[in-house]
Amino acid sequence: MKEFAYFPGCSLEKLAISYHTSTLETSKKLGVKLKELDDWNCCGSTTYFHIDELLAYTLTARNLAIAEKTGLNVVAPCSACFKNMFFTAVHMKEDPDLAEHINFALEEDGLNFSGNTQVRHLLEMFAQDIGPDEIRSKVTHPLDGVKVAPYYGCQILRPRKDHEEVENPRYFEDLISAIGATPIEYSLKMRCCGGSLIISSRIAALSMVRNLLQCAVDQGADMIATACPMCQVNLECYQQSVNQEFGTNFAVPILYFTQLMGLALGVPKKKLGIGKELVSASPVLAAL
Amino acid sequence: MREVSSLLHAADGNPFPMCVQCGTCSGSCPVAAYMDYTPRQIIAMVNAGLKDQVMESNTFWYCASCYQCTVRCPQDISITELMYALQRYSIWKNRYKEGMIGPAFSEAFAKTIVRTGRTFEPILAPSYIFSFKMREFFQEIQNATELMLKGRLPILPPRIKRLDNFKRMIRRILPMGGAE
Repeated sequence: MKEFAYFPGCSLEKLAISYHTSTLETSKKLGVKLKELDDWNCCGSTTYFHIDELLAYTLTARNLAIAEKTGLNVVAPCSACFKNMFFTAVHMKEDPDLAEHINFALEEDGLNFSGNTQVRHLLEMFAQDIGPDEIRSKVTHPLDGVKVAPYYGCQILRPRKDHEEVENPRYFEDLISAIGATPIEYSLKMRCCGGSLIISSRIAALSMVRNLLQCAVDQGADMIATACPMCQVNLECYQQSVNQEFGTNFAVPILYFTQLMGLALGVPKKKLGIGKELVSASPVLAAL
Repeated sequence: MREVSSLLHAADGNPFPMCVQCGTCSGSCPVAAYMDYTPRQIIAMVNAGLKDQVMESNTFWYCASCYQCTVRCPQDISITELMYALQRYSIWKNRYKEGMIGPAFSEAFAKTIVRTGRTFEPILAPSYIFSFKMREFFQEIQNATELMLKGRLPILPPRIKRLDNFKRMIRRILPMGGAE
């Protein structure tokens, strides 16, 4: 049995509760054990880097140190949390002075991060560490005929430079195929959703969301699958605002990839948080 | 703007003067069309020392942190980190283009974390909602209402258990002279 430390992050407590419950249900079906970090704190998202870089790394290092105590590698379902954890670990390894300073602060909570914990995004964990073959073998309710746009977004991929998948990853597509659905060729799959610009630079963010929705519709998607709560909220909750702003008529369901996996593995819809979305997925899922 | 370079702690990219002005960053940037100056222009302006114009621009507050420029830069300059550095510099100097929502939002976000160890969406709203136009304001209310009906809005602010340790940890990074 595979076991990971699990850092849900703030969004998954409420706003993205469906992502949390579907992650737990799906993991259970696949025999993956997730151990939630004890007393984790907010990773600081991107906004903390606007205030103080050293403290931003320290906030994340606290979670890394808690994860290291478990002796397990850690997975994060949110791309911003993932990016912060991944690069804090990298920078602390490359820069012993930085690590020393941060560990000095962590002492106050009886913690230390030595850099032995690997950081994985939840999507990478399922699509690569577990793998499509293993997943396919456990599918009981394949999502036949559902056309899904695999939306990677930004921070799951970038700013890693030595990663072969930075310009055209395929593992999300492979995962979608493994659960019986059809991944569409989504040309904006790595284009940014706007992140927190929806607050700070509204019209720019809405037009970015509009482009992503239009591209998915043009390429024949029934829905968009996401792997990040920020992407989900921007694409779904602001769809109506896009329609008001641009006179469009989008009604594209935006589901977490774990909700789709859960369906294919035979988990009841309610346990996956299906029904909590603002743009209903029922018309698409009814055909199954 | 040597101050900006020196604010870059752990950035692993090359110094900005190595920029060859190829424009790959601007061509890759999904927000460039909304910026006063594109990322390529901002780098040139930083290198030329045009501090006032840089600080008066919306460019770095419009960066969405998508890192497309950073991974594609042929000179290996960490452009996103430059944007962060400009944001920090701007907050530190309390100097930014009028009407920017980013600074107040980032500060509100940071304060919530420092106080409770967690973020809490509803408490952030006052930092931006009053800057919104009427239409945007109502869109936010509409979204919040729908989310609440679906049980997706937090009611009580969460806080971590070992908050005292957490605050002492922060004081080892940012000495606050006894102030809370």
